Amino acid sequence: MISLAGRDILHSWAKFVFTGVGLGLLIGVTLTMAGVYRGMVDDAKALLDNSGADLWVVQKDTLGPYAESSSIYDDAYRGIRGMEGVARAANVTYLTMQVRRGETDVRAMVVGVVPGGYGEPGQPRYLVAGRHITRGHYEAVADLSAGFRLGEHVQVRRNLYTVVGLTRRMVSSSGDPMVFIPLKDAQEAQFLKDNDAIVQQRRRTAENPAFNRPGVPGLTDSVIASQSANPYVNAVLVQIEPGFSPEDVAGPIRRWKRLQVYTRSQMEGILVGKLIATSARQIGMFLVILAIVSAAIVAFIIYTLTMGKVREIAVLKLIGTRNRTIAFMILQQAVGLGVIGFVVGKVAATFWAPFFPKYVLLEPGDAARGFVAVVIICVLASVLAIQAALKVDPAEAIGG
Amino acid sequence: MDRAHAQGIVIEGLSKRYGEGETAVEALKGVDMKVAPGEVVGLVGPSGSGKTTLLKCLGAVIEPTAGRMTLGAEEIYDNGWKIRDLRALRRDNIGFVFQAPYLIPFLDVTDNVALLPMLAGRPNGEARKAAIELLGALDVAHRARAMPSQLSGGEQQRVAIARALVNRPPVILADEPTAPLDSERALAVIRILNQMARQYETAVIVVTHDEKIIPTFKRIYHIRDGRTHEEAGEGRAF
Repeated sequence: MISLAGRDILHSWAKFVFTGVGLGLLIGVTLTMAGVYRGMVDDAKALLDNSGADLWVVQKDTLGPYAESSSIYDDAYRGIRGMEGVARAANVTYLTMQVRRGETDVRAMVVGVVPGGYGEPGQPRYLVAGRHITRGHYEAVADLSAGFRLGEHVQVRRNLYTVVGLTRRMVSSSGDPMVFIPLKDAQEAQFLKDNDAIVQQRRRTAENPAFNRPGVPGLTDSVIASQSANPYVNAVLVQIEPGFSPEDVAGPIRRWKRLQVYTRSQMEGILVGKLIATSARQIGMFLVILAIVSAAIVAFIIYTLTMGKVREIAVLKLIGTRNRTIAFMILQQAVGLGVIGFVVGKVAATFWAPFFPKYVLLEPGDAARGFVAVVIICVLASVLAIQAALKVDPAEAIGG
Repeated sequence: MDRAHAQGIVIEGLSKRYGEGETAVEALKGVDMKVAPGEVVGLVGPSGSGKTTLLKCLGAVIEPTAGRMTLGAEEIYDNGWKIRDLRALRRDNIGFVFQAPYLIPFLDVTDNVALLPMLAGRPNGEARKAAIELLGALDVAHRARAMPSQLSGGEQQRVAIARALVNRPPVILADEPTAPLDSERALAVIRILNQMARQYETAVIVVTHDEKIIPTFKRIYHIRDGRTHEEAGEGRAF
């Protein structure tokens, strides 16, 4: 038996191809939305991978340092480093802000790291150009996506930093490029007040009778000095020694240091489950709406194509064509349209994904699931047209 | 004579009523008709006389209210359908030729004709061979690979006749097959139908208004107000 659907598609291929292209662009948008979500998850995992940490030690009862603010003393790392199973520990700060590049500004996550080399917790894991930060002040390593080049200057708050190294795919969970600067500078950038605020604070302190008591010389100066210093970091990143499990090391830190400790899997759960959960639901809603719109379009197109062939269907039924043959013809056409649409959509999504400002990760698994969904949607969408075709009376082919 | 073609068409007391109660319309009121195998008869009558209803009953697409119908060797209706699978009955026992050819636009000429035997389960190659043979007999074999839109009106109608004949049905129902054609082509179609009816022992009923072809029938059934009466035709040579 010949394929009636195939012959019809070949006969009016232009109509099918153009309709398929239109549908394909919609499917391309759907695949891209899935890619945006995957990109967000991948960004979150890249953030954790790039930190080089096995454990994140943060302020007690917080989900820091990425999902909530966290503040711990910058000398806490010393005690942690001495604990059993800890190979390395280093302070780190994170601050998402606008940094200036010449006359323009770029949104970036400024990461304060202890100067050092490859393998230090918090340091970029690899460079594509230049070197790591080795000096205590005014050097920076920037991600390529921020647009900096070696030797350029990046302005963070009031200070200028020279870009000495470039890295790739070092981004925050929001996809913002990272700019690494020395820890001390980052602490200052995070808590630095402007000059007027400093003058006002000193005046207020001096006027406060509690800090300016007669008979206690030097008290005001001491208080002002303590207010000017910033002894806080957002987290301590810990690498554990071989042979120890993360929980083995995390337990004693929680118990003896009274700090919150997260393992890699816990931190991944926080980032994916909490930080990007709302965005994921938002994208999920988009996917559902796009799927409904696609189904409606396929249903409308197939219904219109079928209604345009009522006389042919009546003749086919009159000359003895089985209902299932006619239904299968319509079903094949709907699925054929979906396949054309999927191919166009996949090619379109692959083509335009690199132009998106945030990372779009098109996974083969999503494409496979998308293909199955397209086929299911097309099958469901053809039901209306099949019902209409089965209602066509063969008598319509005869006379008036 | 092939047993399947034994009786041609026999209709006795066929009635058809549309609707119920006061709004009921008697479209056919005890129609009697007999067409022998190899015979072509005309069925003529004004609009609304019941021609199309009779054709639909014969074509097993609407159910009569009462009466008897025999197509070929098979009694298909006796105050109720005697056949369960009307679709297969139409496919194997009745050939249809319409006012417009109604060829399937996305199949070429060969496959338009071969579709019926394929639907009946014959292998594609065998069905195509039968189709090409018949197209040759109807003098359109040279258009076998053409699409319907590339054919003239006369060629399309000949392909439609080939489609009606390809399963060698005992009965052909032709619904105003010459309406869109000029005199020459209309007479050619009737000539072909007569020739094929004789060759394949097929009983043919031609519903028509066409004054050009009415004189060619040897027998004519006039239908008016749901009743038929038979009359000898001129049987003029074409």
